[in-house]
Amino acid sequence: MTYVIEGSTGPWEIVVGLEVHCQVISESKLFSGASTKFGNDPNTNVSLVDAAMPGMLPVVNAACVRQAVKTGLGLKAKINKESVFARKNYFYADLPQGYQISQFDKPIVGEGTIILDMPDGSTKAVGIERLHLEQDAGKSMHDQDPKYSHIDLNRSGVALMEIVSMPDIRTPEEAGAYLTKLRAIVRYLGTCDGNMNEGSMRCDANVSVRRPGEPFGTRCEIKNVNSIRFVMQAIEIEAKRQVEVIEGGGEIVQETRLYDQRLGETRSMRSKEMAHDYRYFPDPDLLPLVFDDAFISEIEKELPELPDEKKARFMRENGLSAYDAGVLVAEKEKADYYEVVAKGRDGKLAANWVITNLFGALNKAEVGIADSPVSAENLGKLIDLISDDTISGRIAKDVFEIMIETGGDPEKIVEEKGLKQITDTGAIETAIDEVIAANPDKVEEIRAGKDKMLGWFVGQVMKSTGGKANPGMVNKMLRDKILG
Amino acid sequence: MTDLTNLTLAEARDGLAKGDYTSVELTEAHLKSMEAHRNLNAYITETPEKAIEMAKASDAKRAKGEAGKMEGLPIAIKDLFCTEGVQTTAASHILEGFKPEYESTVTRNLFDNGAVMLGKANLDEFAMGSSNTSSYYGNVINPWKGKDGKDLVPGGSSGGSAAAVAANMALAATGTDTGGSIRQPASYCGIVGLKPTYGRCSRWGIVAFASSLDQAGPMTKTVRDAAIMLGSMAGHDAKDSTSAPMAVPDFEAALTGDIRGMKIGIPKEYRVDGMPEEISKLWDDGVAMLRYAGAEVVDVSLPHTKYALGTYYIVAPAEASSNLARYDGLRYGQRVMDEGDSLDDMYMKSRAAGFGKEVQRRIMIGTYVLSAGYYDAYYNKALKVRRRIYEDFANAFGSVDTILAPTAPSAAFAIGENEGDPVKMYLNDVFTVPASLAGLPGLSLPTGLSSEGLPLGLQLIGKPFDEETVLRVGGVLESAANFTAKPSGLEG
Repeated sequence: MTYVIEGSTGPWEIVVGLEVHCQVISESKLFSGASTKFGNDPNTNVSLVDAAMPGMLPVVNAACVRQAVKTGLGLKAKINKESVFARKNYFYADLPQGYQISQFDKPIVGEGTIILDMPDGSTKAVGIERLHLEQDAGKSMHDQDPKYSHIDLNRSGVALMEIVSMPDIRTPEEAGAYLTKLRAIVRYLGTCDGNMNEGSMRCDANVSVRRPGEPFGTRCEIKNVNSIRFVMQAIEIEAKRQVEVIEGGGEIVQETRLYDQRLGETRSMRSKEMAHDYRYFPDPDLLPLVFDDAFISEIEKELPELPDEKKARFMRENGLSAYDAGVLVAEKEKADYYEVVAKGRDGKLAANWVITNLFGALNKAEVGIADSPVSAENLGKLIDLISDDTISGRIAKDVFEIMIETGGDPEKIVEEKGLKQITDTGAIETAIDEVIAANPDKVEEIRAGKDKMLGWFVGQVMKSTGGKANPGMVNKMLRDKILG
Repeated sequence: MTDLTNLTLAEARDGLAKGDYTSVELTEAHLKSMEAHRNLNAYITETPEKAIEMAKASDAKRAKGEAGKMEGLPIAIKDLFCTEGVQTTAASHILEGFKPEYESTVTRNLFDNGAVMLGKANLDEFAMGSSNTSSYYGNVINPWKGKDGKDLVPGGSSGGSAAAVAANMALAATGTDTGGSIRQPASYCGIVGLKPTYGRCSRWGIVAFASSLDQAGPMTKTVRDAAIMLGSMAGHDAKDSTSAPMAVPDFEAALTGDIRGMKIGIPKEYRVDGMPEEISKLWDDGVAMLRYAGAEVVDVSLPHTKYALGTYYIVAPAEASSNLARYDGLRYGQRVMDEGDSLDDMYMKSRAAGFGKEVQRRIMIGTYVLSAGYYDAYYNKALKVRRRIYEDFANAFGSVDTILAPTAPSAAFAIGENEGDPVKMYLNDVFTVPASLAGLPGLSLPTGLSSEGLPLGLQLIGKPFDEETVLRVGGVLESAANFTAKPSGLEG
């Protein structure tokens, strides 16, 4: 798929790399015992270490390290058996130590890959350059007082995984697919909750443009975009801005920019000249992290089936299309739901019901799969009712509507509403005869070769039986009577 | 009754055990001495009420038969150790008034073992210095005087600790050593100072100067006292990732007095050009004493010694520039801010007013050597040289048990003497810095007097975590040297 920006001087290609900060799911912070609980009162989850009191020392939280290794394995990445924590030095009010403990030249995880599932069913591999562990900063609040900023250190020291992609992304859509997939992977792994609106997953986008086939252009970094949709918008808007600048005879300056979703524009935050010199150096308070093979394989054994493997299995075992399988595995809860529905049933039929009917209805009602009024068991039962000819596909749709509204059991609904399919030949024949008798002119039209009219007759018979007649039988009998 | 402040730590321990006196009596005697010698400015904060309270509690503990290893023994704590509820300044204006809500692991260990705190000893600001003249709370005066009677520096950075012990204002004191800050003042004040192996004592709760070098240790009147006190200070601490998960040996038991057959290394690179005659002689005398005691003296080579000082003055300031970033006026200590100031204004004003000249100099050096474009040329190269220095020692220790060298290139100098020349000041650390960079234990003890009648020390450098050998050889050297001179500058 090619995506180009048509400039006044010809087409431009965009080159994007993403840096995603994922907050690690852990009880306590990366280097202290303070709680990581979200939403507590300001400055209540703060230890002496987090507040950088004199003489305090960091001690690495092994649980966070395991989470990072697990994520690395989930990204099919190289786990570095020796990695080093480094200090990134800069002054800011919400950074009590005056440095952030991060990783620099020796990250915990090296190169890996993410497979994007594109909407057209195709896939694309995007390289992962690295994953490293670091501390989050505190939060500055500028709206609490007219003169002073307030600082909340609850987040100070919480573990983050910074996951850096290669500059392999070429369209805003791919950026969206990358974030969606990355979020799915960390959620499957249970290493990050992936909630961008709560800030537990944050994205910086590096964007540049070039003539197709030419070397990379100068990039700008768009900081802290907080939804997948906004990332896609920001990339498009920034790329267009760069094209305009270049075509207008200007030059792109490497800088950090901010995306204003309200105005739909990116704005310069600080230029390269103003960029910090972070003076990274190995943190002398911490020993290098050293792993042996046993440690890594132990974590490997804990890995759940991940989206790519699940998708392949759904395609292989259930005969699903790449697209359908991709939709189902996008969220673990959806895949789990589907598996319950498909168990012992026609996998494709189950997929159809889950994707088209259920997801359609949930989307319309803006409800997540976890809050689906229709349980997987009941949806399975509904499919059984179709398969054993208890109800027709059409009636099933009505039953499903009721299930969505009431959350009821399909068997009971069919029973109570008397929706069982009529498969009694006599009853169907009576209905057909009545319709034929009432429409002799149309019968003639069919006999004269207007086959399409047959469908009209089927509809009339279905209508007169309240939709309960077996449509296959109606069709066949009508044919026999009129044409036979 | 004899003056209780003349006792060694070991004597006082034994006297308390025998019931010759109480901890309260011992503590009161020292408080009195502190008052008498206040002119030396050895303490930043005296804590007499707390001392008496601790001494009473200690006597009560002893009465119940629960005496710890340091039970009832009054000591000084270098004001770099955070002490719960007691002002901890690091001798800096920026931390004035700071009262930690926590106790450093080392002081916690000492107090758990029964030690009594007399007060917080003066030091160079943030432990940066070799003369104790950079303290915001004024310089410390060495209790020793030369022939001209001028006030001398006690050495640094643990100058207050050294002066307090030398002047009988404490039975012993804690010190910290980053590049010589225990050993050099011990040498200048005629006492014993032991820098343990890096990782032997927890750094938790010690205001950090250079994290990869800082190490706490005892400053005492005798080698035995150092052994006793180290045993109480040391131990693995899960709160310090660089603290060694090793058992603490019975250091006092290492003082067998027998060094027959042990090999003592003499590093030829320490015999630097222009070394004063009296330092050379001191060293030669030490060699002779150890040989007489049955040790074999072996020449060793530490070829990278000449790079040690330069390496140290890159590594230590680099770490310091980052460690001191937290003193920003925001959460504790001094804040200087005017109406309408920005955050950056507040940082600059608070830090400019809060840090002294030497600290500012080192922050700037450290910031420079870590900055983009200079990192490889300075910091990275320094790390490589540091590795070589470690390897030099490792090679030497392949053939010797311990290394003997002078502690400092001179005796104590007059206050103000090296002030205008930071490099000359830094040269005081030339013999102590290599062991710091290699993380090795080093013991300084007084073995002779200069022509001016000032104490001079020799140091023993040991293998990693082999303080026992260093103490054993030190004990023998101490007996042989029989250093009995007392500070000449004390009135009364």
